[in-house]
Amino acid sequence: MNRTSVILMFALLAVAGLHLLTPAGPLLELRQSNPGLANLLLTEIRLPRTLLAAGYGAILGMTGAALQAVFANPLASPDITGSSSGAALGAVFAAYWLGLTDPLALAASGAAGAMLALSILLLLAGRRSDTSTLLLAGIAIALAAGSGTSLLLALAPSPFAFYDSFEWLMGSFVDRSLPQAGAALIPAAIACTLLARRSAALDATALGEDVAASFGYPARRISIEVVVLSAIAVGAATSVCGAVGFVGLIAPYLARRLTAGHPGRAMVPAAMIGAILLVAADLLVRLAPAGRNIPVGVITTALGTPLFLWIVATMRQRVTS
Amino acid sequence: MTPLLKAIDLWLDQRLQPASLSVGSGQLVGLIGPNGSGKTSLLRALACVEVSGGSVRIEGENPADLPPARRRRLLSFLPASRDLVWPIKARDVIALGLTAPDPGRVEQLLDDLELGDFAERPANQLSTGERARVLLARALAPRPRLLLLDEPLSNLDPYWVLRTIELLRDLVRTTGCAAIVSLHDIDKAPSFDRILLMNEGMLEADEAPEAMLSSEALADCFRIEKQPEGWRIRPPEDRRSSR
Repeated sequence: MNRTSVILMFALLAVAGLHLLTPAGPLLELRQSNPGLANLLLTEIRLPRTLLAAGYGAILGMTGAALQAVFANPLASPDITGSSSGAALGAVFAAYWLGLTDPLALAASGAAGAMLALSILLLLAGRRSDTSTLLLAGIAIALAAGSGTSLLLALAPSPFAFYDSFEWLMGSFVDRSLPQAGAALIPAAIACTLLARRSAALDATALGEDVAASFGYPARRISIEVVVLSAIAVGAATSVCGAVGFVGLIAPYLARRLTAGHPGRAMVPAAMIGAILLVAADLLVRLAPAGRNIPVGVITTALGTPLFLWIVATMRQRVTS
Repeated sequence: MTPLLKAIDLWLDQRLQPASLSVGSGQLVGLIGPNGSGKTSLLRALACVEVSGGSVRIEGENPADLPPARRRRLLSFLPASRDLVWPIKARDVIALGLTAPDPGRVEQLLDDLELGDFAERPANQLSTGERARVLLARALAPRPRLLLLDEPLSNLDPYWVLRTIELLRDLVRTTGCAAIVSLHDIDKAPSFDRILLMNEGMLEADEAPEAMLSSEALADCFRIEKQPEGWRIRPPEDRRSSR
């Protein structure tokens, strides 16, 4: 486990470094002619993008692993539980209807939206629900939040709301400022640190809620804690970068291979894998023709959909065999 | 001498009437009762999983006040459900019961429950009976003072039913711990030191096995009676009059 953490850490640093410096050509040229501007470009434009990609990936990996442990289901991730859509709804409402512009206020609105989505999911499906209930409830919430978002944008006072929000909601790290990165990442980092402390409790829930409770980890309190902390982290990040699909599904899935199936101790490796995946996806985005922005969510969804289908297929096999 | 377990007026809303109970060190206690009579509720309340009121003391301590590691050395609860969601190896499932890594202890339990062949297989892919043994090993792992086992004998083949009783018997004798074991097969009652009878959420009787098996209380609540050739369903008119 320790060795894998070190390897993951190195991989993350390598891919983040590559992300920060790619493309290197213009940066080097600028360094020759105008060192001050080169530094500015690095810290004001490239650094927020790298930090957000790595941070958002880590958040999705971590909260995905935590939600999967609590719902006892490998498909419960921020997107599939509807919390990403809820967060987008909250942020859009705050930005276009309340006219809020402060990054922290938007982050709080995103967290409130995610919390609302997860609370409705808990009411509809309950903890440890079977897969079909969880999926159906999650899809219903995601669809409702999605059309709510469209409605708010269509009727928004600003006629450009739809156009404006396209790049934001599809998931993108382009042109975010350092304060925006801070608003997304600082609350999320606190929430994730608190989540990581629940690793042993979430491992115990693998033996069932009653056993975990007999160990002294009350299931109800732990799941509320996980839901609230995940909502804060996902909501804050979504309010800045928009929704990114499937990283919260893939990263925990891969992480549990490294922790021999343990759902709780998979949280930290899932965070690292999520960071690597999202930084790598954002590197791929840059292969797009100059002047075109492909939302990073397109790449992660293209990679994630086959895995999602594969998990569903193997789950069905296990049930029927 | 204070008993190992002392529970006073333990109750659970709608499911368990106030129940008081003491169990001494080295006792193997059977818990019987019809479906839905509150056996699981009593075990869950004793394990501090869910309780509405009353008090539990194990070796003088209230488990609910203790941090997880100390709590696990005081009591172990094995639920009747054998469901496992995550593909965790049998060996690792057993280790989840421990409060600190102890490969020797896991090895010993794999041996005792003859699980060596499945040790590296994901426990959620084992047969129900095999999984039952893995989960029992998990419950035994931290060497708790009180074992609360909900139907540990169901899903086991005849060899493993007898072997599990033998293991528990040895365990309480050699370590002085105690076990409360719910069971459906009342013919296994003579293997226990004491039998508790639950009926409609109430702890109705507490007797030595022989006395319990021939008691009117048992016949009444199970609606069966002992005949020379074995157990028989009570004729309907008797069933009505006993209600």
